[in-house]
Amino acid sequence: MKQQSEPALAISQLSKTYEGGFQALKSIDLNVAPGDFFALLGPNGAGKSTTIGIICSLVRKTSGSVRVFGHDIDQDFSTAKQFVGVVPQEFNFNQFEKPIDILVNQAGYYGIPSKVAYERAEKYLKQLALWDKRDTPSRTLSGGMKRRLMIARALIHEPRLLVLDEPTAGVDIELRRSMWEFLQEINRQGTTIILTTHYLEEAESLCRNIAIIDHGQIVKNTSIRELLKQLNKETFVLDTREALDSCPEVEGYPLTMVDDHSLEVAIDKSQSVNKLFAALTEQGIHVLSMRNKSNRLEELFFDLVEKNLQENDHE
Amino acid sequence: MNNSQKWIAFSTIVRREIHRFLRIWPQTLVPPIITIVLYFVIFGRLIGSRIGEMSELPYIQFVAPGLIMMSVITNSYSNVVSSFYGSKFQRNIEELLVSPTPNWIILLGYVVGGMSRGLGVGAMVTLLSLYFADFSLHSLPITIGIVLMTSLMFSLAGLINAIFAGSFDDISIIPTFVLTPLIYLGGVFYSTDMLGDFWGSVSLINPILYMVNAFRYGMVGITDINVAWSFIMVGLFSVVLFGVALRLLEKGSRLRS
Repeated sequence: MKQQSEPALAISQLSKTYEGGFQALKSIDLNVAPGDFFALLGPNGAGKSTTIGIICSLVRKTSGSVRVFGHDIDQDFSTAKQFVGVVPQEFNFNQFEKPIDILVNQAGYYGIPSKVAYERAEKYLKQLALWDKRDTPSRTLSGGMKRRLMIARALIHEPRLLVLDEPTAGVDIELRRSMWEFLQEINRQGTTIILTTHYLEEAESLCRNIAIIDHGQIVKNTSIRELLKQLNKETFVLDTREALDSCPEVEGYPLTMVDDHSLEVAIDKSQSVNKLFAALTEQGIHVLSMRNKSNRLEELFFDLVEKNLQENDHE
Repeated sequence: MNNSQKWIAFSTIVRREIHRFLRIWPQTLVPPIITIVLYFVIFGRLIGSRIGEMSELPYIQFVAPGLIMMSVITNSYSNVVSSFYGSKFQRNIEELLVSPTPNWIILLGYVVGGMSRGLGVGAMVTLLSLYFADFSLHSLPITIGIVLMTSLMFSLAGLINAIFAGSFDDISIIPTFVLTPLIYLGGVFYSTDMLGDFWGSVSLINPILYMVNAFRYGMVGITDINVAWSFIMVGLFSVVLFGVALRLLEKGSRLRS
């Protein structure tokens, strides 16, 4: 079958210029393999939501092509749309309708008979812990519930590609973890997932492949593992047992004092941490614990975005 | 989508639209009934009894078809304009836009939803009018035909208004400043014979005049204008409005960025 050999998503030379002249996307190419869990990262205004908007046809592209499992979103829009489920960033359901009606109606728009629609609505509302709220007006749901309702709605036609635009924004940690588990489970069952997020930890924990987009261009498209290999330097925070009067000096390790019980140090991948500990112990300083100053991916992300910014400035 | 799936999508939109106006019946069904009853009491009974006859009919019989048509027009229009704009405002129109439902099905779904309310309120007003006036139906096909086409036409107009609307003000401007004057000057309360040659001719550019007269002809057999013209006019307007509304949906005007 066509869709089994084709990429889940194939974007080619996609550009978008909004009325007023703002160029949100500058001829981007992107492929996502079937079954992948893919992260699309980028700062605000980088073009993530525009890309997602074009995939689900809420934004009109200026040029280029988008194919979903081999089906062009222009020429074969009906089939392409059947394959895509989308969870937008903002709440976009009728706040006066009940969750069960929102899901069953959405199924209807995909031509799913009501009996099947009710069965699926029950399945997904139960999986997302919303079954008890099925007859509650959706405006009374909490923020987290509303977000889960949008995930259930996106899954009601059982799409092969699920696109989530910052699905855990504003969601508490416990709920975020349960949503991660749910998404990982449906990914294991074969659904390809593309997600945009501001939480880089989220991308590192969930996704296998990643594209970083900035100023409407893809600045990096690789696997998370490959990307992390490029990390040459990491910054650590060391918590000390003794109160420090001044910043200790260790040759080759640029230490800085954060406060009287903690130090910060940037270490190259080639350097041994043991040497640092030994040198500190010689000076009578005992390290109680050590942690990354920031998320590893975050450091790379800022490096890439910064580099892209400098290149754009030179142009 | 195959035809069976298209039918499911269409019936889902229609069912949701009907459910919407039934759920908020104090806003959608009660006010037009109260308004029309007041018209019947004041213009039909109290003032009408002093007016006597209009076009050789008791005034209440003359005015009743116009009042029924008025409720069909305003309810068909306002249902679609408020529902579609509400969907735009809350952004739940995106539920339809991301789905494979073709634009012509979306259009038909909203229009049939609007017609359901317009014709439903029209039927209730007709039943109420029987309390105030006696009717012997002159032509059922003409009555049904013109009321269906009128409801269709104003549902389409309501959808176009909603597509262009950028605020709630925009969905009340046309009903207040265009629709209401056209209805009041559309021969609901008087015969155009009373206006003299000049103003009678000016009235002919008002499409509602044709609808009210055709409906009145269907109900009581009296009309100021040619009924065939009425059908041609309403039919032409409906075809043009359908084409415009579909084109706007295809282009995604004010719906897709």
